[in-house]
Amino acid sequence: MSQAKTLFEKVWEQHIVAEPAGEPTILYIDLQLVHEVTSPQAFEGLRLAGRRVARADRTLATVDHNVPTDKDRIHIKDPIAAKQIEALRKNCAEFGVELFDVNSVDQGIVHMIGPELGATKPGMTIVCGDSHTSTHGAFGALAFGIGTSEVEHVLATQTLPQSRPKTFRIAVEGELPHGVTAKDIVLGIIGRIGTDGATGYAIEFAGSAIRALSMEGRMTICNMSIEAGARAGMIAPDETTFAYLEGRRFAPKDADWERAKQEWRKLPTDEGAAFDRELLIPAHELTPYVTWGTSPGMVVGVTDVVPDPSLGETEADRNGLARALEYMDLRAGTPIEEITIDRVFIGSCTNARIEDLRAAAKVLAGYQVHANVRGMVVPGSQQVKAQAEREGLDHVFREAGFDWREPGCSMCLGMNPDILQPGERCASTSNRNFEGRQGKGGRTHLVSPAMAAAAAVMGRFTDIRTWQYRTASREAEVLA
Amino acid sequence: MQAFTTLTSIVTPLELSNVDTDQIIPKQFLKRIERTGYEDYLFFDWRQDPGFVLNNPAYGGSHILVAGKNFGCGSSREHAAWALEQYGFRCVIAPSFADIFYSNAGKNGILAITLSEAEVERLLLQAKTADGYRLTVSLESNTIEDESGFATSFQIDPFRRDCLLQGLDDIGLTLRHAALLSAYEQKHDTENWLLARA
Ligand code: SF4
Repeated sequence: MSQAKTLFEKVWEQHIVAEPAGEPTILYIDLQLVHEVTSPQAFEGLRLAGRRVARADRTLATVDHNVPTDKDRIHIKDPIAAKQIEALRKNCAEFGVELFDVNSVDQGIVHMIGPELGATKPGMTIVCGDSHTSTHGAFGALAFGIGTSEVEHVLATQTLPQSRPKTFRIAVEGELPHGVTAKDIVLGIIGRIGTDGATGYAIEFAGSAIRALSMEGRMTICNMSIEAGARAGMIAPDETTFAYLEGRRFAPKDADWERAKQEWRKLPTDEGAAFDRELLIPAHELTPYVTWGTSPGMVVGVTDVVPDPSLGETEADRNGLARALEYMDLRAGTPIEEITIDRVFIGSCTNARIEDLRAAAKVLAGYQVHANVRGMVVPGSQQVKAQAEREGLDHVFREAGFDWREPGCSMCLGMNPDILQPGERCASTSNRNFEGRQGKGGRTHLVSPAMAAAAAVMGRFTDIRTWQYRTASREAEVLA
Repeated sequence: MQAFTTLTSIVTPLELSNVDTDQIIPKQFLKRIERTGYEDYLFFDWRQDPGFVLNNPAYGGSHILVAGKNFGCGSSREHAAWALEQYGFRCVIAPSFADIFYSNAGKNGILAITLSEAEVERLLLQAKTADGYRLTVSLESNTIEDESGFATSFQIDPFRRDCLLQGLDDIGLTLRHAALLSAYEQKHDTENWLLARA
């Protein structure tokens, strides 16, 4: 019998094309996802070298980073953004790549549409010129972000030279406390191991708390594994995975579907397989989290206070912490629940799936957004937006005073017109709180969708565990 | 890609941990479809501050950047490597690097060197306090030396080192395995659950 293997090892080994001595492994790539921002120079490189896209049938493209989120978004006012999107259209047409353009019913954030279309499947290798490609690991795929030279490499060869990462199992065991969500699990993990805590590793998230999550929650966790520095995050496929995929457009059908499930059931880590590193987190230790600084690892529980920068280990660390406090305009010792906000952003490939919108809407039902706060919901994809509208969630958001917008990355990174003004403070369901990420001078606090919605109502952060849910409207009753 | 052999240069100290690629090259410059012309946008927001290290004429013409741990974290944007290289930085020294940045740097002829925290702290201090502090980095001998007796060696993956020394293009390297690739693909394509569109 062959020795016990991890999920990562199985997927890795099935994709080895060549292992030249002393060089990185040449890994086969099953699917490359493409978007407008990191691809133009790659297509240009192909053209200059007279190369073709090797496997257009293993390549899918969409527009997400730059697209405006207002109704009239076919006409992009920013000429440079318009040129970049036009370049993607031309490149896809020239090289035969299927594009889910802004008017497609399947358009959305690149990491939303892969799973929704059933293009993302267990056991695959998936890359994209975007660091949050780790999202797709929720299906038991090995998925990671790459740079533009690598995008070109995969377009040209459908392979990638890769050195093998080490393996890291993070088990979250037990039942999640009330009010603690997938977002809090991952923020809690990053808070413990740091933003470079998993550098060089592929993480497998395991344990009963992870297995109990929906695919939406699993995607939220794998999405942010890159914020811990991990090459990839993975979760073993199971019945939850299969139920999500069944019947989706690019999922196998009929006899192929049964065959596929048989293969997928072989993927989970074998009993007794060894990891290079392991960490156990008891679920009951987790709370709702809020980031206070300018890196996702700068995070504390909602009932905690802003920490003291003098606790950093090195001079560079202390500088970083002090700089973060200054940028965020916060003082050490301030209770998180006393921090008031100006904006709320519910969106991004971390938390703009249907379940996220349901959670936020459930909090908002029967409430109004605080007078000092502007709230914005940007569904992650056209499919999510349509589903939410069928469920009447758009009414709940609108009645509460939120702006209901068209899908895209939006204020997750503010490459389109959706940005924070200098000094504005935002409760955001996205994944990065870097300086200026949501707009120059803007201050971002990362939270779960329910925490963001509650903050919108209160005008400050508040502990979702004590929230009084109301069901004022008919839609809200349906939700409850 | 430009080959990297030996480099002697003034050292620019960036005494911050977790410098993310959003800072190295802010998003507004990611809308360009060109691959060149990013040098003016390197650390664009931070450069608005006259006190920022890149605005200090003492470090003009520097090719070596020394920074805190986890340099290049965050977004996968290769524009960060383009901006550093086009500005003139051919070598970045830090206690650790984020994976994607590390790989992007190598593909653009930038030598990213990992040293211990203590060594990096020492270099940062020297670069801040000693006038015209210079280092010589040799990829041929895997060593770093200054002019006052400090010397250390660094580890680098031999394949990456070879590519940098010779300025090799990755796609060409992979296509040496074309026969293995087509054999692999023929077999792999029959496994329908691994097709993008099953
Ligand atoms: S939503 Fe944010 S993190 Fe996700 S792909 Fe878009 S910009 Fe990147």
